[in-house]
Amino acid sequence: MANNYHARIYVTLRSSVLDPAGTAVESGLKQMGYDGVAGVRIGKYIEMTVEAQDEEDAKTQLDQMCDRLLANPVIENYCFEVTQLVNS
Amino acid sequence: MKFGVIVFPGSNCDRDMTTVTQGLLGLPTRMVWHQDTDLSDLDVVVVPGGFSYGDYLRCGAIARFSPVMDSIIAHAKSGKYVLGVCNGFQVLTEVGLLPGALIRNRDLHFICDRVPVKVERNDLLWTQNYQKNQVVTYPIAHGEGRYYAEPDTLKALEDNNQVLFRYCSATGELDKDSNPNGSLNNIAGIVNQKGNVLGMMPHPERASDKAIGLTDGLAMFEGLVSAIA
Repeated sequence: MANNYHARIYVTLRSSVLDPAGTAVESGLKQMGYDGVAGVRIGKYIEMTVEAQDEEDAKTQLDQMCDRLLANPVIENYCFEVTQLVNS
Repeated sequence: MKFGVIVFPGSNCDRDMTTVTQGLLGLPTRMVWHQDTDLSDLDVVVVPGGFSYGDYLRCGAIARFSPVMDSIIAHAKSGKYVLGVCNGFQVLTEVGLLPGALIRNRDLHFICDRVPVKVERNDLLWTQNYQKNQVVTYPIAHGEGRYYAEPDTLKALEDNNQVLFRYCSATGELDKDSNPNGSLNNIAGIVNQKGNVLGMMPHPERASDKAIGLTDGLAMFEGLVSAIA
C-alpha cells in the first residue's frame, strides 16, 4: 500500500559559489548591531508531499527530483528530511 | 533552409531576433512554439532572451523540460547550429549543451547597459565577419549573468579556446572594472567543443538595426548566412 510522506528540501549554494545576496544580508545584519554574524548564505526551502511505497522509495524519488530539476549540481547542493504522514 | 526562433511562455526577445534574421537580412525564419518538436527544416535554432516560465526556481530550469528541448539537443548533436542569447544561454547551460551556470550578478543589480566585448576568435562561423580581438559594443540586460564553472571546467574551456566573447574595457583590457557582472574570466559567451553551439549573455540582435543605434551585432548574423546557404 502506498504511503504519503512529507518532504522538506533544502537547496543551498555550493561553498565555492559566491553569494552576493548573502553578503548583502550579512552587512545589513551588522548595521543593525548583530556584530557576531558571519557566513550568511541564502538558499531555498521547498516542501511537498510524495506518494511512495516506503521511506526508501520516497528518498529515491526525491533524489531524482533534486538531481533533475530542484537543484543545479553545478552551483547547488541539496538535502532533505522525510516524515511519513498518517493516512487518514 | 532557415532560422528557427524558439518561443517559450515568457520569451521576450523572440521578435527582436526574427526582426533581424527575417526583417533586416531577409532570411527565412520560423517562430517555433515550445510544444513543437519538429525542427528538421531548420539550420540555425535560436533560443532567445526573456524570462521563460517566469524564470521560476532558476533561470532556464523549467524551459529545459519543454517538449522542444529534445529536438534542440538532437539538432545540436547532429552538428547544426544552436544560438542561445541571454535567457537562451541560461537554458543551454541548464540542459547541459554548454558547461557551467549563470548566477546572480556580483553586485545584485539587474544591468541594462551597452558594454564593450572582445571577440576572442574569428575562426568560427559565428564570428567570421569580425577581426580576432576586435572590441565590439553589445547591449546587455540581465540580473543573472555571472558565468560560473568549477575550476576544472573553466580550465577545459580555456584550454579548448571555447570562450568566444569576454567583457573588456573600451580599449580591450580584461580587468575587474570592465567585468559588469563578475563573470569568471570575464566570460560573456562560450561555445561547445565542436563550436556549433554558442551561448552568450549580450544581445547581438539588439545591436543590428541602424534605427536603434548600435549595429555591431549584425555582422554575427551575416556570418551565419553561409550556414544556411
